[in-house]
Amino acid sequence: MLRILHQIFKVGTITEPLVPSEAFEVVGAKLQNTIKQRFRGSLAIRLVDAGSCNGCELEIHAANNAYYDIERFGIHFTASPRFADMLLVTGPVSINMKKALEMTYNAMPTPKLVIAMGDCTINCGVFGQDNYAIAGKVEDIIPVDAVIAGCPPSPSDLIQGILATLTV
Amino acid sequence: MSLLSNTWFAERLGDHGIHSEYLEDHHPAHMPCLEIRRLDWAHAAEEAKRLGMRLVAIWAAEAGKHDVKAGKRRALYTYMALAHPEHRHALLRTELRGDNPQIHSISQHYIAAYRMERTMQDMFDIDVMDTPDNRPWLKHEHWPESAYGLLHTFDSKTPLQSDPERLDVDYDYVPCDSECAYEISVGPVHAGIIEPGHFRFHAVGEKILNMEERLGYVHKGIERAMKGRTASDGLKLAARVSGDATVGHAWSFAQACEYAADINIPARASYIRGVLCERERIANHIGDIGAICNDAAFAFMHGQCARLREDMARLHKEAFGHRLLMDSLVIGGVAHDIDDATCQKIMQQTLDIAEEVERLRDIYADTASIQQRVIGAGIVSIEDAKDIGLLGFVGRASGHYPDERIEEAYAPYDALNITIPTGKLGGVSTRVWVRFEEIANASRIIIQLLEQLPKGNIQTPWTAPEAGMSGFASIESWRGEIAAWVRFGVDEKIDRYFVRDPSAINWLGLELAVRTVPVPDFPLVNKSFNCSYAGNDL
Ligand code: SF4
Repeated sequence: MLRILHQIFKVGTITEPLVPSEAFEVVGAKLQNTIKQRFRGSLAIRLVDAGSCNGCELEIHAANNAYYDIERFGIHFTASPRFADMLLVTGPVSINMKKALEMTYNAMPTPKLVIAMGDCTINCGVFGQDNYAIAGKVEDIIPVDAVIAGCPPSPSDLIQGILATLTV
Repeated sequence: MSLLSNTWFAERLGDHGIHSEYLEDHHPAHMPCLEIRRLDWAHAAEEAKRLGMRLVAIWAAEAGKHDVKAGKRRALYTYMALAHPEHRHALLRTELRGDNPQIHSISQHYIAAYRMERTMQDMFDIDVMDTPDNRPWLKHEHWPESAYGLLHTFDSKTPLQSDPERLDVDYDYVPCDSECAYEISVGPVHAGIIEPGHFRFHAVGEKILNMEERLGYVHKGIERAMKGRTASDGLKLAARVSGDATVGHAWSFAQACEYAADINIPARASYIRGVLCERERIANHIGDIGAICNDAAFAFMHGQCARLREDMARLHKEAFGHRLLMDSLVIGGVAHDIDDATCQKIMQQTLDIAEEVERLRDIYADTASIQQRVIGAGIVSIEDAKDIGLLGFVGRASGHYPDERIEEAYAPYDALNITIPTGKLGGVSTRVWVRFEEIANASRIIIQLLEQLPKGNIQTPWTAPEAGMSGFASIESWRGEIAAWVRFGVDEKIDRYFVRDPSAINWLGLELAVRTVPVPDFPLVNKSFNCSYAGNDL
């Protein structure tokens, strides 16, 4: 136990004002205000991997690490779409995931915000749209509120994308 | 690059009356491809098993366009790759006949073959005879029955439309009629930030009786999408077979292409590849150790490990232009050279992280609450591990130790003395122990590679081989051996790419590991394997 405490104190608080750019601080503050307004400090996100290579998932995990600490903005990931405010989708939509994606979307309460994360969701990425196993881009399957470019987008891009969706 | 040709397996087959012919259009010679008669197929597998070889993969390929004789139907081949700890890899090929191509199953000799054989049925309409399981695998129920994704006659350019009649057809899960047992279905959308797949549990009380995996949800037609790409374009796709093993997949693809074209990459490039691959190994092991602890509510470790992983990602961005190291390889070498300052930085960070991990390891080992959860959980016996041929750290935790850095000894590992942890108990704690050991070993390897980094170029100019040339590579990624086979067609384009992620085999181990485990321990055991869905589904 002592060693755990020692390690915790030695590392200290490493959470950053998100990227050494000031813009990002504003982003953080704006995000918090908006969430306060619309979601009372708690935005629940459900992730659906609709066919990603799993690179995007690694960066979502990273957004939860101590440097970015997405939870400090009241954003957290939830296990069920039933109480999710936002759906985060990664990957091109594979024909074998299309139905599950639609079902998850339908299981959500309104406002059903949808963020499509990664180049795959924009143009099916390296997998291509002329591919029998790809049903289409996310917006071909369900309505999308924002897309975040990158392969994969960085954790800070992800947080900025979430902001963009909430301020429209 | 061409080592002496390896005739060991051909001779052994010959001893048992199996005639084989060496195929000249396959490289490298030390991993030869032998043509055998179709009727010898299962017999050859049986002999290989007796010789102590493990099954690497089994797949099919149509003859390329360049190879079609006027007026004749396109030939269809099946391939089998096997590996021996001392005599390396050998490939077997046989041609299937007629309009209803048939081949004998080899699953009775190598159980790991059965899902790959089902994939051959799904994608090529091959009738695999005597198979223990002929349910479709990647071809989910809603696909039209006539769709065979890898046949040249199939329209691969338009999204496949579901057959309306088959939309409600359910997969034929293993039934359980017992009144005492109940069923739990999970997925494809799981609770958490994780890839999709379906698990069907049968449980009695809180113990799991049986768990059946249903995968294929993230099937993206990668093998088909590779057709018609140039090698460098294809590399971007190969790097995204499984994003967390991007270096391993890119390397195996690049090396298969380089073998096919018979080009050598500069020594400096191979050393940098080694550094990239070992860094990827460390980053994933650290991330997974944290996640395993998190699944047992030891959040402290998770927080610390996630921090270390982020530190690595940031240096990767700085030194190689990508946080996850995607696109850091090119065909013929690597994309980024490292200058002295960067070299120092990478060495320093590697040492710092290895030291921190050791400190965390002590805490982990001394914390009774986590130890009670991991010790004895999710065991795969040595016998089962060898039978399935479990790969990578999963195999190494259960008494099966294939490591291509030693067996295949490709550059730069041929210049190093690689040691691997050899576990025997096969549970979650052993897999974690192996991972800790591998972090320490990998950091030593990185330091050695960087200290001895040869001077010179980082790329060899690429020229595609003639149509029909194929190459096979086997790379030890952080999950275990990635096997890739690439055949070139006309216009310098790839005409067939086959890849076997280690997950395709290790998923079978998970099914065994969770038997008799309490249901709430499933996430813990699952994480200790952390198989790739994307790499399995392709
Ligand atoms: S955008 Fe890139 S990282 Fe994300 S799923 Fe697609 S290929 Fe993978």
